[in-house]
Parts: sequence; structure tokens; C-alpha cells
Amino acid sequence: MSTSNLIQDLINGTLLGGLYALIAVGYTMVYGILRLINFAHGDILMMGVYFSFYFIAALTMPWWLGFIVGIVGAGVLGFMVERIAYRPLRSAPRISSLITAIGMSFFLESLAVVVFGGIPKSFNLYPTFFSKILIIGHTRIQVLTFFILAVTFLLMFVLIWLLYKTKIGIAMRAISVDIPTTSLMGANVDNIIGLTFIIGSMLAATSGIMWAMRYPQVQPYMGFVPGLKAFIAAVIGGIGSVPGALVGGFLLGMVEILIVGFFPNLAGYRDAFAYVILIVLLMFRPSGIFKVYSEQKV
Amino acid sequence: MSEVLLKIEELNVNYGAIHAVKGININVNEGKIVTLIGANGAGKSSTLGAIIGLVRSKSGKIIYNGKELIHMRADAIVRSGIALAPEGRRIFPNLTVEENLRMGAYFRKDESGINKDLEWVLGLFPRLRERLKQMGGTLSGGEQQMLAISRALMSSPKILMLDEPSLGLAPLLVKEVFDVIKKIKQEGKTVLLVEQNAAVALAIADYGYVLETGKIVLEGNGKKLLESDDVRHAYLGVSV
Ligand SMILES: Nc1ncnc2c1ncn2[C@@H]1O[C@H](COP(=O)(O)OP(=O)(O)OP(=O)(O)O)[C@@H](O)[C@H]1O
Ligand SMILES: [Mg+2]
Repeated sequence: MSTSNLIQDLINGTLLGGLYALIAVGYTMVYGILRLINFAHGDILMMGVYFSFYFIAALTMPWWLGFIVGIVGAGVLGFMVERIAYRPLRSAPRISSLITAIGMSFFLESLAVVVFGGIPKSFNLYPTFFSKILIIGHTRIQVLTFFILAVTFLLMFVLIWLLYKTKIGIAMRAISVDIPTTSLMGANVDNIIGLTFIIGSMLAATSGIMWAMRYPQVQPYMGFVPGLKAFIAAVIGGIGSVPGALVGGFLLGMVEILIVGFFPNLAGYRDAFAYVILIVLLMFRPSGIFKVYSEQKV
Repeated sequence: MSEVLLKIEELNVNYGAIHAVKGININVNEGKIVTLIGANGAGKSSTLGAIIGLVRSKSGKIIYNGKELIHMRADAIVRSGIALAPEGRRIFPNLTVEENLRMGAYFRKDESGINKDLEWVLGLFPRLRERLKQMGGTLSGGEQQMLAISRALMSSPKILMLDEPSLGLAPLLVKEVFDVIKKIKQEGKTVLLVEQNAAVALAIADYGYVLETGKIVLEGNGKKLLESDDVRHAYLGVSV
């Protein structure tokens, strides 16, 4: 493989990994607090992309505004899913909320098929300068790539700042180890959990929109594969840990791209790599890369 | 006589078929240290849980400052002026000592008051000051208890409830912690202290209740209980 190809792969790996990472954050935060795998997470992502699509295509909003409104819409949807489907089951056996999450996933996908139609729609809604190709040395990079990388890193920076430097972030970390004790701090735990769903859903929708810009289409099942990969990334990183989800996402994206880069004839097995990495890692480090404080039981 | 700040009437707590608290009556007077002593499983933590709203009461009344607390959410009860340093300390292991303390003041908006209280609790437990940037999970048991009490105080409560603060602490540390509890009272706080260690609790308490399998079997001022044969026999290991 030539150097320029390697650089290209490293950039693509970072980009794909960043997209996984943004989605993985939502899985890991929700799991950290509720011990719930939010199977509907990828579908909330998909809904966010559809929202942007229609705001831009049907309501003729400027592209950037359409993206923002779609992202906010996904946040609202994530909040509603928690409020309507998960909150009533918070003290029920965990299997109940797990099944509900699977049901919610099917529901959102079917809803999208009925409302938006099952045929993929082209997502070429952004200005043409995103498609411009910059040639740096022998490496060809699309402007879109820079845009996605910039947005990804900016959001990660904001997320880390929020979690580690703000009051609400401290509460979000507190609630991830101990819900009752967090309420002993006079904090309304429902609000903190709701906010967690909003943040996770907005990050996933941002990732989904950037995903749709790069593979420019939107369809009702588009959340499935990125959602699954991001979930694997969260497990690899240590589910419950936000830094773990970020590292797991980048690791998975990078490995996926590099294996295909070095062994092009394995490209067809690309999606299987995620499982191989997962299985191998879990054999040696069952709790993932980052240590997570487990919930304290009375 | 000081005012009754917290009044518990005919409180019952059930866990399924287990009747953990059986119609108890407790008065906590403002500015006093009131203790609730009893053996393992007597229902002490269940009582505190019912007051703070983490455990559902089956029946009875819990009146604080003229207001009924039953059916209120735990966070609202805490905001109304009652704090609990829970059994097992429940420090957030993934937060620093300072973050733990600031979580205690989560709902407060008076930044200057928060900083003043932070200085106050660090004055009570100077050891915590050296550990401010350390993770809660790395503290020793004694330090965690100090942090749990300080964190509860950070909400600037009228009533501080402590669930077995002496548990697992070396005698010297127990003395240190209980000296601080006396100081907290001198600052005008009301303290409801749950203990199995009757000797240390009654030594600082103004009034005490003895709980046995969910029922109050004895009550009186600290001295009187300390001298009562029942307490000496059952809780202080003195043969009479
Ligand atoms: N969550 C629960 N579910 C079922 N039973 C419980 C629960 N919590 C407490 N109990 C039972 O209720 C009774 C009172 O328990 P509680 O924890 O209030 O006692 P305690 O006086 O605090 O004891 P300890 O000194 O051991 O802390 C015990 O029989 C206990 O087994
Ligand atoms: Mg107890």
C-alpha cells in the first residue's frame, strides 16, 4: 500500500470511527444509568436524518438549519421514547425494558416505512463545495471529510467539557453509578435521565446526518448497521464509560478501514470484523477497555 | 422546650410480606440530637428511608415543619431541608471528593453560600481538604464517612439524618466523627442519628428511641436510656 493510500485510509478510519463514536456515546450513557440497551437508538438516528431531509427538501429550509432542526427533533424523539416507553418500566425487571426497546426499534422503523416510504431517498441536499476535492501531496480529500471530522471533534470536545466541567455533567456521572443517592442530592433524576436521552439522541442524529451526506441517501433501516457497530464499539470500550465509547468507536472504524486497505479481497467480510474484534477483546478483557464503576446494590 | 421539627405518627413500612416498621411515633425537636438505636434489622434504615422518600410508607404521617412528607419525592424532601448520610456511605466513587461535595449542593443556587458551607465542612473534617482532587472511591472507610456527612451538610439542611456513621470505623475515628456531630448541633442543626452502637449514640443524644423488630420499646433522654437495664443488657453487653 502506498503512503498516500495509507494516509487516505487513516483519514477514512478516523472519520468512520468518529461517526461510530458519536452514536456509541448514547448507548453507553443510557446503559450506564439504566442498564438498558436502547435498541431504538439507531432508529432515532434514522428519524433525525428524515426530519432534516424533509425540513430541507419539503420546507426549503437552508441546509444547515435543516440539519440543526433535525438534530433537535431527534433529541425530542429520544426524550419522548424514554418518557413514554422506558420510564414506566424503570423498576420493572430488566428484561421488560429490553423487550420494550426492541419493540420501539421495530415501531420506529415501521413508522418510517409507512410515513416516509421504504424507497431510499437521495440526500444530496448540501452545497456543492462539500464535494470539492482537495489534493494535498498525493492524497485526495473531499471538503466533506474535513467538515465531518471538524464537527465530530468539536462535539466530542463539547461532550467531555459538559461531562467533566459542568454541574449537570457531574450529576450525569453521579447518576450512572447510583440513582437513589443522586436523588438524595436533591436532584430530579427524571430530568437528568431525560437530558441524557436528549444528548445521546442528538449526537446520534448528527452522526446519522453526516453518514447520510457521505453515502448520500436516507432510508428507514439506515440506523441498523451504524447502530450495531456503535453498540459493539461501546462494549469494546467498556459499556457505561463515555471515554470508552469514544475510544471503542475510533478503534473499530480504524480497524475496519485498515483491514480492507491491507487486504482488499477481505472487503466483503468487512462487517464481520467488528464481531471478531469484539470477541477477541472480550476474551482477554471481558469488561472492555475502560473500567466502569458498577452500580452499588443496597 | 424547643419546637417539634419532625413528627412521625403511626408509621408503617412493609416490604411485601415483611412488616419492617410497625406503627412507630417519633418526635424530633429543633436543635437537638435525637437517636434511634436498635439491632440488625430492627427497621432503623427503613424509618430513615420513609422520611427521606426512598422507601414507600404504607400508612402513618411524617410531618416536617407542618408539611406532610409521605408521597413527596425524595429530591423534593431533600430540597425542603432534610439530608441523609445513608447507610454504607454511598460515596460516588467516580467523582472527586470536591465533586461529591458539590453534588451535595446540587440544587442550591447561592454560589457564595455553597462556598461558605464548603469551607465549613472542610473545617470540620480537615482531612477531606487534602483529598479534594482524589476520587471518592480511593478514600478509606473513615474518610468516606466524613465525606458522606459533609456531602449531606452541603445541602444546608435543617435536619441531618445519619445512618450508622460509626459502622466499620476504628474507635478513635468514631470519637472524631461523633465530636463533629456535636459541633454540627452547636451550629444549630437538628440531628437524627441512627446507630447500633448505643453507647456512643446515647452519649451525645438529647433524646433516644429504642427500636426492636419494628416497634419502639423504650424512649427517654440519653442519660436515662444509658442507665436503663434493658439498654445496658441488650445493647451495651452489660449483664444485669
Ligand atoms: N428492600 C427490602 N426488601 C425486603 N426487605 C427489606 C428491604 N429492606 C429491608 N428489609 C427488611 O426489613 C427489616 C428492617 O430492615 P432495616 O434495613 O430497616 O433494618 P436496620 O435496623 O436498618 O438494620 P441494620 O442495622 O442491619 O442496618 C429487615 O427484616 C430487613 O430484612
Ligand atoms: Mg440499616
